[in-house]
Amino acid sequence: MTTVDLPAPVLGTALVPSTDVVQTGKDFTSDQEVRWCPGCGDYAVLKAVQGFLPDLGLRRENITFVSGIGCSSRFPYYLDTYGLHSIHGRAPAIATGLATARPDLSVWVVTGDGDALSIGGNHLIHALRRNVNMTILLFNNRIYGLTKGQYSPTSEAGKVTKSTPMGSVDHPFNPVSLALGAEATFVARTIDSDRKHLTAVLSAAAAHRGTSLVEIYQNCPIFNDGAFEALRGPEAAHRLVRLEPGLEVTVDEQTWAHDPGDVNPSRQFALSRMDDGTQTQVPIGVFRQVVRPTYDDQARAQVESDTVTRGPGDLQALIDGNDTWSTP
Amino acid sequence: MTAVVQDKTVTEIERVVIRFAGDSGDGMQLTGDRFTQEAAVFGNDLSTLPNFPAEIRAPQGTMAGVSSFQLHFADHDILTPGDRPDVLVAMNPAALRANVGDLRPGATLIVDTHDFTARNLAKLGYAGNPLEDGSLSELAIHALDLSGMTVAAVAEFGLSRKDAVRAKNMFALGLVSWLYGRDVDGTVRYLDAKFSRKPDIRDANITALRAGWNFGETTESFAVSYTVKPAVVAAGRYRNITGNTALSYGLVAAGQLSGLPLFLGAYPITPASDILHELSKHKNFGVTTFQAEDEISGVGAALGASYGGHLGVTTTSGPGVALKAETIGLAVMLEIPLVVVDVQRGGPSTGLPTKTEQSDLLQAMYGRNGEAPIPVVAPQSPGDCFDAAVEACRIAVTYRTPVMLLSDGYLANGSEPWRLPDVAELPRIDPSFATAPESGEPFLPYARDAQTLARPWAPPGIAGLEHRIGGIEKQNLTGDISYDPDNHDLMVRTRQAKVDGIAATIPDLVVDDPSGSARLLVIGWGSTYGPIGAGVRRVRRRGQHVAQVHLRHVNPFPANLGQILARYDRVVCPEMNLGQLATLLRDRYLVDVRRLTTVRGMPFGAEQLETEFLTHLDALDQTDQETR
Repeated sequence: MTTVDLPAPVLGTALVPSTDVVQTGKDFTSDQEVRWCPGCGDYAVLKAVQGFLPDLGLRRENITFVSGIGCSSRFPYYLDTYGLHSIHGRAPAIATGLATARPDLSVWVVTGDGDALSIGGNHLIHALRRNVNMTILLFNNRIYGLTKGQYSPTSEAGKVTKSTPMGSVDHPFNPVSLALGAEATFVARTIDSDRKHLTAVLSAAAAHRGTSLVEIYQNCPIFNDGAFEALRGPEAAHRLVRLEPGLEVTVDEQTWAHDPGDVNPSRQFALSRMDDGTQTQVPIGVFRQVVRPTYDDQARAQVESDTVTRGPGDLQALIDGNDTWSTP
Repeated sequence: MTAVVQDKTVTEIERVVIRFAGDSGDGMQLTGDRFTQEAAVFGNDLSTLPNFPAEIRAPQGTMAGVSSFQLHFADHDILTPGDRPDVLVAMNPAALRANVGDLRPGATLIVDTHDFTARNLAKLGYAGNPLEDGSLSELAIHALDLSGMTVAAVAEFGLSRKDAVRAKNMFALGLVSWLYGRDVDGTVRYLDAKFSRKPDIRDANITALRAGWNFGETTESFAVSYTVKPAVVAAGRYRNITGNTALSYGLVAAGQLSGLPLFLGAYPITPASDILHELSKHKNFGVTTFQAEDEISGVGAALGASYGGHLGVTTTSGPGVALKAETIGLAVMLEIPLVVVDVQRGGPSTGLPTKTEQSDLLQAMYGRNGEAPIPVVAPQSPGDCFDAAVEACRIAVTYRTPVMLLSDGYLANGSEPWRLPDVAELPRIDPSFATAPESGEPFLPYARDAQTLARPWAPPGIAGLEHRIGGIEKQNLTGDISYDPDNHDLMVRTRQAKVDGIAATIPDLVVDDPSGSARLLVIGWGSTYGPIGAGVRRVRRRGQHVAQVHLRHVNPFPANLGQILARYDRVVCPEMNLGQLATLLRDRYLVDVRRLTTVRGMPFGAEQLETEFLTHLDALDQTDQETR
């Protein structure tokens, strides 16, 4: 492979123009009426994101949110940044083109469990393996909300829904396990009800250069109310394992100090299996954060390298080629 | 190189159709390419037709594995690769069997006898040896052990027998080059570069090439050689080019002409992959190529790049267009530029991956949910793929719309001499990005240019233009979500009007009707241009009148098309499908357009079209008599 030997940017937002103007959450609030159901977990995430974006200190016009289809994918309409509400499952593909074309943008993908893991599963895993510089917020409510209540690829087995009156017979995905399996460079989980934790994880995700996947446990009060209730009530403190580098963790009677920077994902994967589905022990926080060259940095480096090495293309010379002849 | 011909006669002829055929591993495409290059540099007009199986290495010696390359070269301007070969070079019995039926009576057959064993012949269903049993007596047969002579010629290089035999295509090329007085120096240079890291293979191939040439000169098998003089064509500089290469250059050119970086999102698919390969070599033109995980991601990434202000392009074939349909619909809704290149192949489904067809026209027109009109542009010859690509990009950028560019397998792999355009004379394309509004003014992402109805293209990065767009119906002007019935009605009709309005920038069609008295009009689109033109010429040579018109723009149609159709007593539309353009014309103009169709994976033959046109002319005469 030919690349220019440029020092690779380290921060996710390294090439995005910053601003000294003090911003507030209000600056990031669009004039559109928010149309989620009352009590939807999406409100909390929206507030957290609007509150967090000013911390980045980036020029607002250089932030773009891309979404697919589903309740969560309405997200871009409510942010006063550039926004693209696309089609079902394809947001990571569209964002890949955008992020590769435009290093000066902070690119965010907003998606749900159906959008990202069912119809868009292929694009998700390939975005993760390529490590395109973008942050993916995966709102996991373990149900299809916008289509009014069918089971999703993260619904627990046996789920009784409109489309599965006798219970679903599908085995669910664990999004964190899936992302680790796809060799994502940044994988984290957080929960809509803990704004402080949510903000801290978003901050780490935005700082990471490459594809950051953040699973957000999010409550759907209409079709799957209480899916994460055990993690917000009084027992939450016992059930949530708040991951920090060096935290001693025990899975299957093996104990180690958590290291999100471990290049070998085996232990991080084991950690992602800590929750057996009963929500007795649920890790939240950053599972994995490793440095790997991004697809878009390398793709741009090849263009730059070729332009430096051969000089800017000469169209007439290209068209002419090497074997021409003339007719008088 | 000067051919010293002492005992041999040199006969001058006007044109030759030659076909090289062998196993798909025999290098027939390369052989054909090289001979084509020799003919091109010599100054002949030419047209080529590669024909190969989808399997990379089908079982050796079988009919399924036969690969061929047909070349028509002439001392005058020609339009097709020719109907019936004058010369067949067959490298094995299967190649003979698969192709011999296409030869014209009296044609020359050069055949490698090496594999003509009883067993091989029996496998192919031959009862005896066709070279000896008189069944091919109408042909001039040169039965030669090309493999054996090649192995002997390259013995000094100590190659394995397998590697030695592989040079037989160069021996054959040398022999045919001698037969038509062609210089092989260009091919020697080519081999020198291609095998620079494998000197043994290089030397063996060059030696085989020269040995084939020398064999032709010395053997008594060939008493006559031929010369086909250079063609008289429009003055200018020329090169030989395939459709896929010309199309790639057109895309690169459009990037330069618009000042937009070119972004290709593509998934490998026959026969479009060569565009991905070609564009990936030109990164110094600011070209980014993204090999996606699937067809949907290919177009998605292209759309994302366009949203970001680049020139987003995706290349594919029919099955890929089906997968991209939803994203193309999104681009219709977003109203941002996107070029979708469909190099058509035989369908439906996987169909005939390596064979040509024009059966995606209605898919291009209508293959999306909702009312989703998009412009459709089609090249008419390999070299014309360049201009068609530039035109597709012009429309996409100017009108903020996805555009379908319909090439096909025949154009993609076929080649012809291409008169080189002068870059300085190519039209500029103005992206005309949105600029920040006056302070306090709201930005209206769905306000429109009064003339083109195009909306502002506002990639992220400009303060004051922050806006949200998506696939949900948008409120006129503001682009906000709207479910209002009147607004939807307005937006659907506006999107249609925008595409229809492109006709204002399309030049009027010019009918080719030299006598001005033709009553029969032949109309076509895309790659049928050559065969139709050749068929029309044959009819005219008989003293009969026929008019021809050919469409570059299939949607919208040029403004004067309706008037043209109305002028003729009969309109015939030859297509490599079951009559898709005819359907569009009948719908639009209420004209009784006659369908003339073929779906054999091969272009029309000129002779076949001549016969069909004559039948229609007869029918017109008949009608006259009945009327009287």
